[in-house]
Amino acid sequence: MVTPSEIQSRLERILPGVQKPGRYTGGELNQVVKDWEAISTRVALIFPDLYDLGMSNLGMTILYELINQRADSLAERAYSPWTDMEEALRESQLPLYSLETKHPLAAFDILGFSLPYETLYTNTLNVLDLAGIPIFSAERTEAHPLVIAGGHAAYNPEPMHAFIDAFVIGEGEEVIQEIIDAHQAWKRQGTPRIELLRALARIWGVYVPALYRDFYHPDGTFSHLEKLIEEAPLPVIKRIVARLPPPPTRFIVPYIDTVHNRIPVEIMRGCTRGCRFCHAGMITRPVRERPVDEILAGIEAGLQHTGYEEVGLLSLSSSDYTHILELVKAVSEKFAGRHLNVSLPSLRIESFSVELMDALQDTRRSGFTLAPEAATERMREIINKPVSTEQLLETARAIYARGWSNIKLYFMIGHPSETIEDVQAIADLCRAVLAEGRSVIGKRAQVTAGVSTFIPKPHTPFQWVSCDTMEQIRLKQALLKEKLRGPGLKLNWNAPEETLLEAWLSRGDRRMAEVIYQAWKRGAKFDAWGEHFRFTVWQEAFQAVGLDPAFYTHRERPIDETFPWEHISTTVRKKFLTEDYLWSLQGRTRVDCRERCFACGILPTFAELRRQNPGEVWQCPEVKSKRVQLQELIPVSQVVAGDFSSQ
Amino acid sequence: MRVRITFAKTDLMRFTGHLDLHRAWERLIRRAGLPLAYSQGFSPHPRINLASALPLGFTSDCELVDIWLEQEITTEEIRLALAQAAPPGILILVVVPVDDRLPALQTVVEASEFSVTFLDPADDLDARCLSMMAAESLPRHWRSKPYDLRQLILDLRLLPDDDQGHRRMQVTLSAREGATGRPEEVIAALGTIPESTRVHRERLIFKETVLAAG
Repeated sequence: MVTPSEIQSRLERILPGVQKPGRYTGGELNQVVKDWEAISTRVALIFPDLYDLGMSNLGMTILYELINQRADSLAERAYSPWTDMEEALRESQLPLYSLETKHPLAAFDILGFSLPYETLYTNTLNVLDLAGIPIFSAERTEAHPLVIAGGHAAYNPEPMHAFIDAFVIGEGEEVIQEIIDAHQAWKRQGTPRIELLRALARIWGVYVPALYRDFYHPDGTFSHLEKLIEEAPLPVIKRIVARLPPPPTRFIVPYIDTVHNRIPVEIMRGCTRGCRFCHAGMITRPVRERPVDEILAGIEAGLQHTGYEEVGLLSLSSSDYTHILELVKAVSEKFAGRHLNVSLPSLRIESFSVELMDALQDTRRSGFTLAPEAATERMREIINKPVSTEQLLETARAIYARGWSNIKLYFMIGHPSETIEDVQAIADLCRAVLAEGRSVIGKRAQVTAGVSTFIPKPHTPFQWVSCDTMEQIRLKQALLKEKLRGPGLKLNWNAPEETLLEAWLSRGDRRMAEVIYQAWKRGAKFDAWGEHFRFTVWQEAFQAVGLDPAFYTHRERPIDETFPWEHISTTVRKKFLTEDYLWSLQGRTRVDCRERCFACGILPTFAELRRQNPGEVWQCPEVKSKRVQLQELIPVSQVVAGDFSSQ
Repeated sequence: MRVRITFAKTDLMRFTGHLDLHRAWERLIRRAGLPLAYSQGFSPHPRINLASALPLGFTSDCELVDIWLEQEITTEEIRLALAQAAPPGILILVVVPVDDRLPALQTVVEASEFSVTFLDPADDLDARCLSMMAAESLPRHWRSKPYDLRQLILDLRLLPDDDQGHRRMQVTLSAREGATGRPEEVIAALGTIPESTRVHRERLIFKETVLAAG
């Protein structure tokens, strides 16, 4: 294996010739370098996209800090090299290396991939290839690193089952420690690799695909999954932390400009709104809030360590954070006069949101974002984001009146049962908002419409529905392009090809792995980057494997279909999702579940955790009586399996 | 108060471009806890003024930056605070207060002196330098615009080899606004690939200095 010093010296010649060499050097402020030889477990955390994007990923930062806090472990980073750097590496036969110590990735014990979205799948294969590690899990031996992956896309791990040794389902803060412990125990024992996989499968929240086999009906739909060894859990229950640990504060400060140069502070995890299209809202339950003091201390420490000019207060729905006004006031008072920009994304459509933004004293007033997601009240009831049009217009008036000149409105086309009138309504609503703006501030008023295409996601109430076809998407986009022309209006949309790729992969089964492999073989990578994405390569890959892409996207699934991701339990029951889907067809909405518990399934599973963490920490109702012990539930099988199949 | 800082840009910081270096300075001053002044108005900008852009990949120990602070602080305190907060690759060398009425740094830079180390053998370097300097003009393109490189080369001389036996030269290039010579262009004109060299800025030459020397 090539040594770090050889890699270092060859880089001296390579780096001056590539774009933005600062992506590949490491050595940034706050990076952690530990004594390689003195450490027993070495983990490479890999974000399989460009450094510029990956550096802003909070999950990577959290794990980096936690692993490096262990005396016996180290974490280093790696990202996908851009094509010019990949070419240079391959030409000089250099493997992909870690930024901190320039060790080849193959020298690590564990490679941990972050998979927040599906379009990183081909890049994951490419990183393994650049590292000189077998692409297929089955071909790896004791000499190779353990390859694990986690992130939101891992909630349907099946399309990547052939390439990843073990998936982390859920939150990584605690489970990463247990994985490292299991790896250390296995290394001491010196047993075959399969023993490591068996040990991992016993950890709550870990899914080892090699321990299961998939079966299909003659019509091609998924039948079931069978475990190959007795102790493999079925279903695999997602991992959660009962309380959010203190936020990371030692953010690495890149040498170059990246997507977000700011201190991200998670104020709350999970969401109680129950929007039916929203993957994150379903898989990140329950809602856990971080105390105001902890957030303020996190910001203060983060500023001292980085010198950043911006803080992002992150959550899926900022307005719903219990102490949001108190937090916003405290932030603006505490950091007044320090030229700090505070971003507060995901605000509800109500005038209170304008007050919140006002309290932040953001002097930029560049754009105010609202996400009605759909333009008619009927459509918003179907997706369970009930806001009246009058309330939206009233909020828009307040925004323009308080000094913002541009309102960004986010919509989706392709919601279930959408008609062309609903699409036309998007244009009408944008014009209505613009008219409000003109009446308040005249010609300066602007509306930017961001219209993406809805992709049905696993584990959501819309997992049954059909995704729009290329023709439908084109037709709807053409209408919007025609209707949203003119001064003060701007329209952004997604390429339909990119939407379809994400749609195929989102609800894919194990057979999709071969499609991904074939696409990568044909050169697919950086699929999330318009300039690299090649739709025809994917079509060829489907053809080579003999699968019909439309089967995965343009098919309304029968209500009793078994899905290839059902062995992954978010603990939101299928019964709840089914009911919610049927309600949506009738236009029935659900209120915020802080107002009323709909028994989605979180509490019965995690009753003991909730009981141990009473009060405001969780937003689910309190559990007083001692119910089922969590320890009995995990490692799992019987109790929960019974619960699961009884639906 | 206006403060002039001489700093070294070394090691991995050499891959930070001019705009990113500007941001690195803002963050460095904020981490140091110094009261950085911001411009007034709709979108306030930090009052930081770098003398002369150093092309990506080059090192230097003579970079200059002017910063404005909202309070009077001793230069020694400033130097200590900056040195403690500096990222890897920025070394704080000298901190002096300067008269606020002095013109902006980038308007008074006249020329830059670079040393170039050739990592590959370059036996005929002397001859190549001689013939280049003897040329009346060296027509080249930068970002598809034609220009004459020869006019931007103010001086070129060979230096003794370094301790590893690498050939070295020193080149002084015009650095006036709109007439800035790039060392990698000189290297390319000598028939060498820039990736096989190391370039270090040794000295910034200001209008006054040039006049005084003349």
